[in-house]
Amino acid sequence: MKTLVWVEHDNAAVKDATLAVVTAASQLGEVHLLVAGSGCKAVADQAAKIEGVGKVHLADDASLSHALAENVAPLIVGLMADHDAVLFPATSNGKNIAPRVAALLDVMQISDILSVEGADTFTRPIYAGNAIATVRTSDKKLVITVRGTAFAKAATSGGSGTVEAVSGAADAGVSKFVSAEIAKSERPELTSAKVIVSGGRALQNSENFHSLIEPLADKLGAAVGASRAAVDAGYVPNDYQVGQTGKIVAPEVYIAIGISGAIQHLAGMKDSKTIIAINKDEDAPIFQVADIGLVGDLFKVVPELTGKL
Amino acid sequence: MKVLVPVKRVLDYNVKPRVKADGTGVDLANVKMSMNPFDEIAIEEAVRLKEKGAATEVVVVTIGVAKAESDVLLTARAMGADRAILIATDDEVEPLGVAKLLKAVCDEEAPGLVILGKQAIDDDSNQTGQMLAALLGWPQGTFASKVEVSGDRVVVTREVDGGLETVDLKAPAIVTTDLRLNEPRYATLPNIMKAKSKPLAKKTPADYAVDIAPRLATLKVVEPAKRTAGVKVADVDELVGKLKALGVAK
Ligand SMILES: Cc1cc2nc3c(=O)[nH]c(=O)nc-3n(C[C@H](O)[C@H](O)[C@H](O)COP(=O)(O)OP(=O)(O)OC[C@H]3O[C@@H](n4cnc5c(N)ncnc54)[C@H](O)[C@@H]3O)c2cc1C
Ligand SMILES: Cc1cc2nc3c(=O)[nH]c(=O)nc-3n(C[C@H](O)[C@H](O)[C@H](O)COP(=O)(O)OP(=O)(O)OC[C@H]3O[C@@H](n4cnc5c(N)ncnc54)[C@H](O)[C@@H]3O)c2cc1C
Repeated sequence: MKTLVWVEHDNAAVKDATLAVVTAASQLGEVHLLVAGSGCKAVADQAAKIEGVGKVHLADDASLSHALAENVAPLIVGLMADHDAVLFPATSNGKNIAPRVAALLDVMQISDILSVEGADTFTRPIYAGNAIATVRTSDKKLVITVRGTAFAKAATSGGSGTVEAVSGAADAGVSKFVSAEIAKSERPELTSAKVIVSGGRALQNSENFHSLIEPLADKLGAAVGASRAAVDAGYVPNDYQVGQTGKIVAPEVYIAIGISGAIQHLAGMKDSKTIIAINKDEDAPIFQVADIGLVGDLFKVVPELTGKL
Repeated sequence: MKVLVPVKRVLDYNVKPRVKADGTGVDLANVKMSMNPFDEIAIEEAVRLKEKGAATEVVVVTIGVAKAESDVLLTARAMGADRAILIATDDEVEPLGVAKLLKAVCDEEAPGLVILGKQAIDDDSNQTGQMLAALLGWPQGTFASKVEVSGDRVVVTREVDGGLETVDLKAPAIVTTDLRLNEPRYATLPNIMKAKSKPLAKKTPADYAVDIAPRLATLKVVEPAKRTAGVKVADVDELVGKLKALGVAK
């Protein structure tokens, strides 16, 4: 089978999310990549070095600079004449573009796969991960999004792909990028961090969140996450949210502080290797999934912990 | 402009899903069903657009069991939708099939804006809105946390991985809602009573002559590996010891 992987990038470098998708694709067959962007030749050169990669299709056009689905989807549909499957990371961009491609190909997308069971059979989570379905498709072409935490990352060196330009990119003329507010942080990215410290509603306000959670995270070299309640209350921006409707993470160590453990939150972090919970309520549901629990008042415990590390 | 809001009837988000012992799916017998939470947000947004004068009419549509008539479609009209369309079927319709039916509804109704939920909390596909946009050739503003309509421009602020992104779409357009777009109002009892007299059209998929045959077969549904509760530590010193043992603290 010939597969095409849509490469997530910022026109400067390949994003980590791509690497797990390459692994998933290699379980199906030959791996080709698509780098669609603007002024993104360097990304294609970098992508060609990913282990196991054959051809890298490079579509470099102003209309592709912000990954607008209206412009990217037709380009992929064109390339699918020569490919049997297209795979995307289950990131906000991947989830935005993939279904548009699927509908144009008249194919039912398989969302958020956890494993490849065969050329047409996959497992995927449903009901916020409370059930795992094995699905088999009867479509001729496959459109798939891949859960990044479920596949190992392909090595970023060792590959010797060839870069080939693709033409045909065009502005569909129905949508325009206006602006982005992308948070810059010195900390690791949530979806690739080894350690995550997350705070919940119990932090009470933004000041407490910053003065208690962040110093602990920095001591551990950790990324910072949050529950929906903490995001809704404005303690931290939306991109911190972990859960069914936020980010799916699976770090080595996940530390949940003042988070009750609602199923929607657990959906985003229960595949973490070790879960540590700090909560003042010994009956909080988070303790049912935590490997290590500390019952106590976070306002006392957290500063003490940060101090002792 | 007319606003169309597709809504889905799902297992209530407070109910813990139970996988059936025979591995065929999740047990939906005798459990509470409600409107998908993202779709309540979609209706709220549509009704606010009408209250602001930016929308002229709010139409809701669901594809699913006939019972929706007396629960989610009633709730939708009580929240402020003007009329409802029920496309009744007991079969499972996949997002692609749902999108094809919705396209047929759009061809008839000619809405200026369709607002959907970004995902349904049962199947978590996160596909239907984008598929509908593709089939219609319309632009899409997915995962919206802010929507502004002026004339035929729809400016959508989207929740993306790194933060927020704003796009400018030319109507007719598709929007899918994220959680922070608004806080939906409750359907009050008097409004539920009044909603009963708002129009409801009953259709079946056959009325639209589109191919909705499923492409995916579910071979089995199982429970994920269970985590078990671990140990409780007595104090911070013991926790520090554990962190050191895990190799994350020096
Ligand atoms: C459709 C839908 C989607 C959702 N998606 C998500 C999602 O993606 N992610 C998500 O997180 N949620 C999501 N939610 C919300 C979820 O249901 C919960 O409401 C949310 O996770 C609760 O956040 P919390 O644990 O911070 O707050 P709470 O549930 O209020 O818990 C606070 C906890 O802090 C403890 N506490 C209080 N004071 C202290 C103290 N001084 N010291 C120590 N502990 C203390 C309390 O004992 C309690 O356990 C979603 C909900 C819906 C309906
Ligand atoms: C018991 C059960 C068994 C199932 N078995 C299968 C199966 O074997 N294979 C399979 O692929 N799927 C199966 N499904 C899933 C079902 O086909 C899909 O859930 C549904 O078609 C749409 O997927 P989604 O809700 O995840 O879409 P999403 O794309 O997540 O939905 C997004 C939005 O689209 C709109 N929308 C979605 N569905 C409808 C609708 N019916 N009417 C109106 N608006 C809608 C809503 O605005 C919603 O917020 C099953 C579902 C149930 C409950």
